[in-house]
Amino acid sequence: MPFLNSQLLINAAYVVAAVLFILSLRGLSSQETARRGNLYGILGMAIAIAATLTANPIYGEFHTLLFGAIGVGAVVGAIMAARVGMTQMPELVALLHSFVGLAAVLVGYSLDLGTLPMPPFGMRIEIFVDVWIGAITTTGSVLAFLKLRGSVSGKPLLLPGRHLLNLAMVAVSIVGAVMYASDGNQLGLHLGTAIACVLGVHLVAAIGGADMPVVVSMLNSYSGWTAAAAGFMLGNDLLIITGALVGASGAILSYIMCRAMNRSIWNVIFGGFGGAPAPKAGGAAATSAGEVQEIDAPTLAETLKQAKSVIIVPGYGMAVGRAQHAVRELTEVLRARGVQVRFAIHPVAGRLPGHMNVLLAEANVPYDIVLEMDEINADFPATDVAMVIGANDIVNPAAEDDPESPIAGMPVLQVWKSKLVVVNKRSRAAGYAGIDNPLFYKPVTKMLFGDAKDAVEKVVAALKA
Amino acid sequence: MKLGIVKEIRAEERRVAASPQVVAKWVKGGWEVQIERGAGEVASYPDAQYEAAGAVLVDRATAWASDIVLKLRPPVLADDGTCEADQMREGATLISYIYPAENPQLLERLATKKLNVLAMDQVPRISRAQKMDALSSMANIAGYRAVIEAANRFGSFFTGQITAAGKVRPAKVLIIGAGVAGLAALGAARGLGAIVRAFDVRPSVEDQVKSLGGEFLTVHIEESGEGQGGYAKEMSKEFLEAEYALFREQARDVDIVITTALIPGKPAPKLWFKDMVEAMRPGSVIVDLAAEKGGNCELTKPGEVIEHQGVTIVGYTDLACRMPTVASDLYGTNLLHFLDEMGGASGWKIDHDNDAVRPALVLEGGEKRWPAPPMKKAEPAAKPAAAKPAPAAAAKPAEHAPKFAEPHAAKAHGHGGPPPNPPSRTLGIVMSVIGLVAAGAFLFLRYGEADAIASAATRELLQHLTVFVLAIFVGFQVIWNVTPALHTPLMSVTNAISGIIVLGGLLGARSDGNLYGSTIVAIAATLFATINIAGGFLVTRRMLAMFRK
Repeated sequence: MPFLNSQLLINAAYVVAAVLFILSLRGLSSQETARRGNLYGILGMAIAIAATLTANPIYGEFHTLLFGAIGVGAVVGAIMAARVGMTQMPELVALLHSFVGLAAVLVGYSLDLGTLPMPPFGMRIEIFVDVWIGAITTTGSVLAFLKLRGSVSGKPLLLPGRHLLNLAMVAVSIVGAVMYASDGNQLGLHLGTAIACVLGVHLVAAIGGADMPVVVSMLNSYSGWTAAAAGFMLGNDLLIITGALVGASGAILSYIMCRAMNRSIWNVIFGGFGGAPAPKAGGAAATSAGEVQEIDAPTLAETLKQAKSVIIVPGYGMAVGRAQHAVRELTEVLRARGVQVRFAIHPVAGRLPGHMNVLLAEANVPYDIVLEMDEINADFPATDVAMVIGANDIVNPAAEDDPESPIAGMPVLQVWKSKLVVVNKRSRAAGYAGIDNPLFYKPVTKMLFGDAKDAVEKVVAALKA
Repeated sequence: MKLGIVKEIRAEERRVAASPQVVAKWVKGGWEVQIERGAGEVASYPDAQYEAAGAVLVDRATAWASDIVLKLRPPVLADDGTCEADQMREGATLISYIYPAENPQLLERLATKKLNVLAMDQVPRISRAQKMDALSSMANIAGYRAVIEAANRFGSFFTGQITAAGKVRPAKVLIIGAGVAGLAALGAARGLGAIVRAFDVRPSVEDQVKSLGGEFLTVHIEESGEGQGGYAKEMSKEFLEAEYALFREQARDVDIVITTALIPGKPAPKLWFKDMVEAMRPGSVIVDLAAEKGGNCELTKPGEVIEHQGVTIVGYTDLACRMPTVASDLYGTNLLHFLDEMGGASGWKIDHDNDAVRPALVLEGGEKRWPAPPMKKAEPAAKPAAAKPAPAAAAKPAEHAPKFAEPHAAKAHGHGGPPPNPPSRTLGIVMSVIGLVAAGAFLFLRYGEADAIASAATRELLQHLTVFVLAIFVGFQVIWNVTPALHTPLMSVTNAISGIIVLGGLLGARSDGNLYGSTIVAIAATLFATINIAGGFLVTRRMLAMFRK
């Protein structure tokens, strides 16, 4: 580009890309503009890459290799995106986080290796920070991916003295940082990387299954900070801006999730919640001394025919059972009969923020009947039937009634105020938080045991009969 | 164990203690059930249905000789000194309404037989016992029937209509006492299309009234009428005067008045006086559900329908008996749950520690066990719930639950104080403080050594930091408005965007023609970042395409 100062061009392009990214995130604030938001993101990315390539056209004879990598990456990414089931979204998101982390680690090493004889002092610190955060993100995300996939148990791993262990790891990392920063000793960098890898695993291993939404959004935040660190390392403003945007976004999501559980982020990260044995508090003993009442599909269908308004509360069980299409069918049948059907979504339902909304959208449930907890909680007293499908902790009245309960104070959907609550569950086991649910013993509650998909399909069949 | 269902002998009693549906459940649960021939006839449950459900049809004496006798009304103590329950075996169990406070002679008589007696009218009004609360079941039916009786005697529509012949205004119904019966009446009257107002001294029922489409009336004086066990208590003089003034005002306006006010252990409070009746339009109807306890209306004659200056006053005391089919079924279901609570067919026993059963225990082996000692902890203001599909006045634990304050998270960080509303502010401050501290430390580390070149590099770094902090702020401002439904797409799009790290790969892959290790590593970084970009954007697109209105 002889007629343009390449630095000017690249700066202009970066500004445009940064603005497009901001517009992209802004677009996602509502369903109407979300698709446009995604397009802005794609456009911004294309401009950033094109500008970087044009402004730095020195790739020797390896451009085939580079473009090959880009091509392969794009194809692999596209295939993953096309193949993934909506129930597996949490896994995919976690896996993609690990790629960002990995890329950041690799970029750091590349910079270390490529700057001869060695990077200057300041840059060494930046490289170390970038690699360190990147490595935590990578291994943490991989473990989160495995946990979400079910390959690794969701139970939190609580090593004795794990806080000390974490502190020790941070201390060793600082030693590594000093080693590397003071005289460019690569051993220090390797040490830091190895420790960060272990730390990432350990941090995520200690967090229980019920807190996975927080973990995933936290890793989302980390992947942003990683990119920002890389930006400092490379002196690249676009990376800094983008990383900061993503980091902030993930932090807000984590905060929202934590608030939805009425817990602090520290409690989530270090609390090891979810594996604690169910407390034998007096309250629990008093409430669980009851028997559940069962209901079968034909009876439920009859009841639903009589109902005027129905609220469906989906949870992770719906995702696991892939019952969203059956649920949509149920919704359609009921709506055709003139029954008002709405969905109540708890902020931490599922294993990913907004997971339930995506599943319902996949099944073609119109989004204007899918409501947030705050919008719908007041409507339960005027509701004939509340159907809880595969949810447990988010409808647990102990959160409000029993100050001894581990989830005390967590805002929950007050399904028990409706005239009839039908709870679909695979078994009588406690929820992810391992807490008994007094809802099941309430006189207004009837249990519909069985796999979510089977059970809902039976109800639909009975309704159509 | 044999359950015996006997025929009710009072002339006006049309109900029976259990329907064939309930009997079928007992038989399935392992009970032997014997029923007196013709017991369900008037409730439209012929003997054949009981037989089909698995019950054995027996004569009166055999039914009474069962291990557990189930019935509705307290056994009749006849004038000639005989008692209905004389035919019971010694040591057997009787479960029915007893009203122990009002029937001391009956209790003495039952005690001579060393009977166990459980009074369905004494089942406590706690949430757990709602499914066995026969009083609530019957009150629900009575409330519904009260509206039907009123409509039957009212000379106009309940619902407003506009016809070719002109406009008809909707009827206005005033319900006094929004308990189970009142709420059932409210639901039924709303269902017929009337404008319904409900008065209650307990402010806590306002939500329930509104949820059923009623207007809530109350008196604004600092006094709650919340009494024990979900009933109202007696009110002060000032309060009552304000209440009566309100009623006088309403009397001129409404067409139907349904009164349901009861105070446990006392005659029904008089609250609808003669002058109020006379203030009503001719043709209006009053249904007094408290007639059995003397009536809320001054002019009510228990058991009768009278007319006073054109206003009909219905004082039936047997409204539930007038709907014997459903009443028998619901009462039977209450009994079913009661027997289950006591252990079912296999483990049936009288457990003094069961706080749902103990209060109902009147006699045990002839020994008086009533009234029960107070339980350790009374459940706060549990509301009785009527059986489905009646308007359930479900327990309202939420009212007693602590109000959750959002700033929990902030407090844990040592940022107590006002709730973060908008919460982004607290978070933003926290984040920027963290950012600045980190930046300071970084500056110190990197440029701690005095160096000539440092100044230029410092300026550059400061620039980057400015950009960084600004970008965080922009991020907070933009993200905070994201609708929770889009959290997953937001995550996948930020995921794709954080693939911008690809620039690092592209820059690192620059080469002077030699293939260095760094080049290969950078190309690998590019590969992973590209997967992220393509995967993230495409999956977001796929997801967003699914959201439809």
